[in-house]
Amino acid sequence: MTRSSLLRDSLIAIAVFAVLALLPFIVPGKGFTDFMVRLAAFGIFATSLNLLVGYAGMESFGHGLFFGLGCYSFGLIMQTFPVSIPVAFLATVGLSIVVGTVVGAICVRLNEIYFAFVTLAFQMLLHSLIIAWTPITGGDQGLTGGIPRPPFLGIRLDDYYHLYLFSTGLLVASLLAMYHIVQSPFGYTLRMIRDNAARAPFLGINVFRVRLMAYVIAGAFGAIGGMIMSLFVSGAFPDFAYWTISGEAIFMIMLGGITVFLGPMVGAVMLLLLNDFVTKMTTHYGLVLGLVILLFALGLRKGLMDFAADLWRDRQTPTSGPRPDTAAKTAASAPARAGE
Amino acid sequence: MLKIEGLSKSFGGVAATNDVSLHFPKGSLTAVIGPNGAGKTTFFNLITGAFKPDRGRILLDGDDIAGLSPPEIVRRGIGRAFQIARIFPTLTVRQAVLGAVHAHRNQHRILAKRFPMPGSGDRAEQVIALAGLTAKADTLSRNLSHGDQKLLDIALALVLEPHVLLLDEPTAGMGPEERWAMIDTVHRMWEQERMTLIFIEHDMSIVFKIAQSVRVLSYGRVLAEGTPDEIRRHPEVIKAYLGDEFEASHA
Repeated sequence: MTRSSLLRDSLIAIAVFAVLALLPFIVPGKGFTDFMVRLAAFGIFATSLNLLVGYAGMESFGHGLFFGLGCYSFGLIMQTFPVSIPVAFLATVGLSIVVGTVVGAICVRLNEIYFAFVTLAFQMLLHSLIIAWTPITGGDQGLTGGIPRPPFLGIRLDDYYHLYLFSTGLLVASLLAMYHIVQSPFGYTLRMIRDNAARAPFLGINVFRVRLMAYVIAGAFGAIGGMIMSLFVSGAFPDFAYWTISGEAIFMIMLGGITVFLGPMVGAVMLLLLNDFVTKMTTHYGLVLGLVILLFALGLRKGLMDFAADLWRDRQTPTSGPRPDTAAKTAASAPARAGE
Repeated sequence: MLKIEGLSKSFGGVAATNDVSLHFPKGSLTAVIGPNGAGKTTFFNLITGAFKPDRGRILLDGDDIAGLSPPEIVRRGIGRAFQIARIFPTLTVRQAVLGAVHAHRNQHRILAKRFPMPGSGDRAEQVIALAGLTAKADTLSRNLSHGDQKLLDIALALVLEPHVLLLDEPTAGMGPEERWAMIDTVHRMWEQERMTLIFIEHDMSIVFKIAQSVRVLSYGRVLAEGTPDEIRRHPEVIKAYLGDEFEASHA
């Protein structure tokens, strides 16, 4: 086991952020910063879903609930109240924690497919609410009229470079926080529940409570992703709460991999790039995307980073003699789960 | 001290455990035997809270624990290992045992610190050594042999420093040599940790060799209890379970 400390990881995060801050000067053009802001939104969103899927073994189909909630809550608060962005930000995180606790208390008692579909049902409930409650949400038109962006702490989110810094800063900070969580005692309790939820209670673990915590934490980060999105589009649209947004996060973690912490980030890059390039070339975006997903699901049987991690492990292991056990298992079974 | 009074549990019309009253003195080593379907595992499931009893009391040092949830009962000091090893396949032996140490110390929901917490390592290494798994501490649990998986399962229960440890067929599915090694390990654990140990076992040579006393279940009822010698000579036990052949060969 390699020991990584919070201090070391924080230094890495600061270094990464410094590089990101300089990148727009090397790669000029609004195309790049726009891409990175979207990547920040979806990267946080997909990684937060992987806290559930990869680490806790909770396959949520309705994680978009929190993305949509983050978008609309943040947008509505900024449009309605004369508050600063950090206040609206914290209020939205708070709201997502409340919603996550209520919805989670109902969902996390259920296993597998039941959990998946009840989470999906709650997401569609939010979507229906948004469509139906036109006076507040703007219905299927979405939240229009722009989102006010009063400057705070010298940060002017009207400026695209400032928005870029704000979003990538949130991305790096969120990834650092989530990485810390998966390396905490709580993170290992999640792995134990994922591996054997029937055994955990006999070690004194209250599975319901731990799963609920995981659901609430993942939801709060999912809402942060949604807030970045609403700043990016300066509004909120029902599509951000539709089931397809959950689907995109699932595609991202499938493409990138669930056993490596940064797998979903890699998947987010892949899916956004695919989206941007393929829609330029053909209108049959869904067809191309479907083929790529099939390639990963049937060809590799795992995400890109899972594949890379397995290759790395093979190189570490002395090549004398076959390793029948792991080789057979990884080939035959569904992708192994997040280990480290 | 574990005292069971009038414990009953039915599934549909079948009484899996029927008015069972048993007493396990502190620090005793007891075998529970009985034919297939006698209700031995159900009995364990009732004690550990996996099933809620229909009637009866389960007194642990005088407190009735019947009806509590498994985590609550574990925290009162009843640990359990399973007939088919229930482990955490993607964790190494050390990670799994450390995870159990955190759960035992109620540190398993800590978010702000790194795993493992200071001070948890010593206890983990101690338990791993007790189970004889030190050389395999960094092996993924799923890559362990069958016997080592069962040892790990028991080690996970031992982490909890149980007052009462329930082992459901610790030697199930093992070859003869592996069996005796396992029983030696279990016996050593019992001596070192000084807990009340109750185990289900089918191999009578093992039962009669190490158990201080034996409880026989049949059709959910207590058929007999006593020392191994008494059980060996008990006419009803011989009829219901051991068979005339056994009597002949062990007479």
